Amino acid sequence: MLSRRPRSTRRERMDDPIDHTSMLQLVGPDGTPAGDTDVGLSAGDLRALLRFMIRARRLDRECMLLQRQGELTVYPPFEGQEAAQVGSAFALGREDLAFPSFRELAAAVVRGVDVVEYLQYHRGTWHGGPYDPYASGFAPICVPVATQIVHAVGWALGVKLDGRSACSIAYFGDGSASEGDFHEAANLAAVFTAPVVFFCQNNGWAISVPPEEQYVAPIADRAAGYGFPGIRVDGNDVLAVYRVTNEAAERARSGGGPTLIEAMTYRIGPHSTADDASRYRDLEEVERWRTRDPIERYRRYLTDAGIADDAFVAACGAEAESWVAGIRAGLTTLGAPPASEVFDHVFTEPPATLARQRREALGDA
Amino acid sequence: MPEVTMVTALNTALGEALAEDPRVLVFGEDVGELGGVFRITEGLQRTFGRERVFNTPIAEAGIAGMCVGLAMAGWRPVAEMQFDGFSYPALDQIISHIAKYRERTRGRIPMPVTIRIPSFGGIRGKEHHGESPETYYVHTAGLRVVVPSSALDAYTLLHGANADPDPVIFLEPKSRYWSKEEGELTTDGPGIGVARTLREGVGCTVISYGAMIGRCLEAAERLDAEGIGCAVLDLRSLSPLDVDAIGRSVRSTGRAVVVHEAPLTLGMGAEIAARIVEEAFDHLEAPVKRVTGWDVPYPPASLEHGYLPSVERIVAAVREVVSY
Repeated sequence: MLSRRPRSTRRERMDDPIDHTSMLQLVGPDGTPAGDTDVGLSAGDLRALLRFMIRARRLDRECMLLQRQGELTVYPPFEGQEAAQVGSAFALGREDLAFPSFRELAAAVVRGVDVVEYLQYHRGTWHGGPYDPYASGFAPICVPVATQIVHAVGWALGVKLDGRSACSIAYFGDGSASEGDFHEAANLAAVFTAPVVFFCQNNGWAISVPPEEQYVAPIADRAAGYGFPGIRVDGNDVLAVYRVTNEAAERARSGGGPTLIEAMTYRIGPHSTADDASRYRDLEEVERWRTRDPIERYRRYLTDAGIADDAFVAACGAEAESWVAGIRAGLTTLGAPPASEVFDHVFTEPPATLARQRREALGDA
Repeated sequence: MPEVTMVTALNTALGEALAEDPRVLVFGEDVGELGGVFRITEGLQRTFGRERVFNTPIAEAGIAGMCVGLAMAGWRPVAEMQFDGFSYPALDQIISHIAKYRERTRGRIPMPVTIRIPSFGGIRGKEHHGESPETYYVHTAGLRVVVPSSALDAYTLLHGANADPDPVIFLEPKSRYWSKEEGELTTDGPGIGVARTLREGVGCTVISYGAMIGRCLEAAERLDAEGIGCAVLDLRSLSPLDVDAIGRSVRSTGRAVVVHEAPLTLGMGAEIAARIVEEAFDHLEAPVKRVTGWDVPYPPASLEHGYLPSVERIVAAVREVVSY
C-alpha cells in the first residue's frame, strides 16, 4: 500500500523547475531576452499584449471577490496563466474559432467576448455562457474535460470541407490530455489534416494531481506519435506563446494540419473557489512560481526595450479598474432568467409531453 | 409493387438526403468503399465523393464529438455507429453535448445531427452485437429516439430524422435489415413522434416498436383465431412518445401488453405502463403486462431465442390480460 507522504517532505516534482533547454523561451523570467524576440508584432500590438494581461488578472481577482461575496457560484481562477491564454488568443484571426474548457476567461477577453455574458455561466444564470460564440470566435464554455478538443476537430474539418482559410484552437489542460477524447481528437485531426491547434496549458496541477501522477513523458512529445509537430513552450512567456501559436495557426490555415503546443505554466490559485490547494501543495512552490510571473516579466521586457513606459503600465492598470467596475455593475444587477427558459430551448418544437410538464411547472405562462 | 428491404430503403434515404441537401455528410467506421458492415451506405461514397461520405478512424466518441463541431460549422452530420455495443464510448459526447447544446446556448446553436445505430438482437451475433440501448437515449432530454419496424417506415423515418432541426438517435433493428416489404417509398407517412396503429382490435392493445412488431402482428393473427382482437400500436418514436395514441388505444380496449427486446427493469415498458395509468386508469380492465427481454446481459447466439419475446409469450400475455 502506498503511504501518504507528509507534506513537509518535498516531493520529487516533475517539470518543476521546467528544463528551460527543452522548451521555447524568448524572454527569461527576469525580463531579459532569451531568444529572438522579434515575433512580427507592431509596438502597438506588443503593448496590447501587456494591456490584455493586466486587464485579465484584474478581472480574475475581481471574480474571486465576486465569488466570495456571493455574486458568482463556483469560479475557476486562471492567475498565472495570463501569458499562455493572451499570447495564444492574440494569434487568432476573426475567422478562427476557439474551443475553451472552463478556465479560459483571459483568452475570452482577448477574443472580445462580452464578459458579463460570459460570467453568467459562473453566476449560475445560464449554462454555456449566452455570449455569441460566432461573433466573438469563442465557443461555449465546456466543462466535461477534453470533450471540447473533439468539437474543435469537427469544426476544423467542417471549415476545411468548405475551403475556408480558418483554424480552430482547442484549449485544455495537462489533466485533460489523459482523457481518451484527447487521443481520439489528435488522431482524427491528423487523419483528416484538420486545421486545428491543440493548446495544452500545463499548469502543474489537475485539481490535486501533479504531473508525475498524470503522465511520464512531455505531453508535447505525443504529437510525434500522431504524426504532426509538437512543441513545448514557456507558457509564462507571452511572446514565445504568441510565436508558436501564430506559426501553428498559419500552418493549419494553409493546409498543414494540426500542431500540439504544450505551454508550461502554473495555476497560482486553487482549482476553483471550492478547492483548498493547501491540502496538496506547499506555499513555497506557489511563491517560486510567482517569481516567474508572466506579467511582471513582460512588463520589464517592454520597458527595458523602450516599447512601453511606466505611464503606459499605470494607464493599463487604471483602465482595467474602470473596466472591471463596469463588469461588476453589469453582473450584479443580473437576475435569474424566467423559469420558462428551462423548457423553452430543449427542442426547436417542444413535444407535447414536455409542453405538458411546462404547463404543470408554470401554469399557462 | 416494388419490393424493398430495410437496407435498400435506408440506403435510398441516405442517398436522397445527400443529393437534396449539400450540407449533409455521411461518415463512420467502414461507411466508405465497403458501404458499412451492413451495406447501408453502399455506393454512396462513389456517388457523392470522399468529402461527403467518408470513413473515420475507430473512435466513437470522436465521431459523436465531431458531429458537434461539424454542426457548428453549418454541416448536417449523419453519422453511423457500427454496432449498438460499440456505441457506448460516444455516450458522453451525445449526452453531455449533442443533447444539450441547443438548450445550453439558448437555442443559438442547434444540433441537427442524426446518429444511426444498428441495434437489437436476433441475428445470432456475438456479445456486444445485440444490445437494446434505447432507454439511455430516451432518458436524455434533448434527443429524439426513433426505431423503425419496417423497410418502408425506415425510409420515411430516416428522411424525417435528416430533416429534423434537433438531434435524432436512429436505432435500426438489425434483424429486420433484410426483410422484404412491398410498397412505394414515400416521405408522406407520419412524422417523428407519431405512433401508428398497424392493426385494429377491441380486445387488447399490444404496444411495441422495432423488430418485435413483426412478432406482435403474428401473435395478433393467432389470437384472432381464438376470437381475441388485438390492436397493434407501432410506437416508431420512443422520444417523443405518442402518449395520446397510447392513451386513445388503451381507453378503447381496456387492456395493454407492452413488448420490447430490452430488459424489463426501467425499459420502455415501465414508462408506457406508467403513462397508461395516467391516461387510461379508469378504462383499465386488467393490469398492464410487459413481455420483454430478461434482466440479464444479452445472451449468446444459441440462447437468444429464449431471451427475445417470442410469439408464444406475447400470445400468453394477451390471453392472461384478457382473461383477468
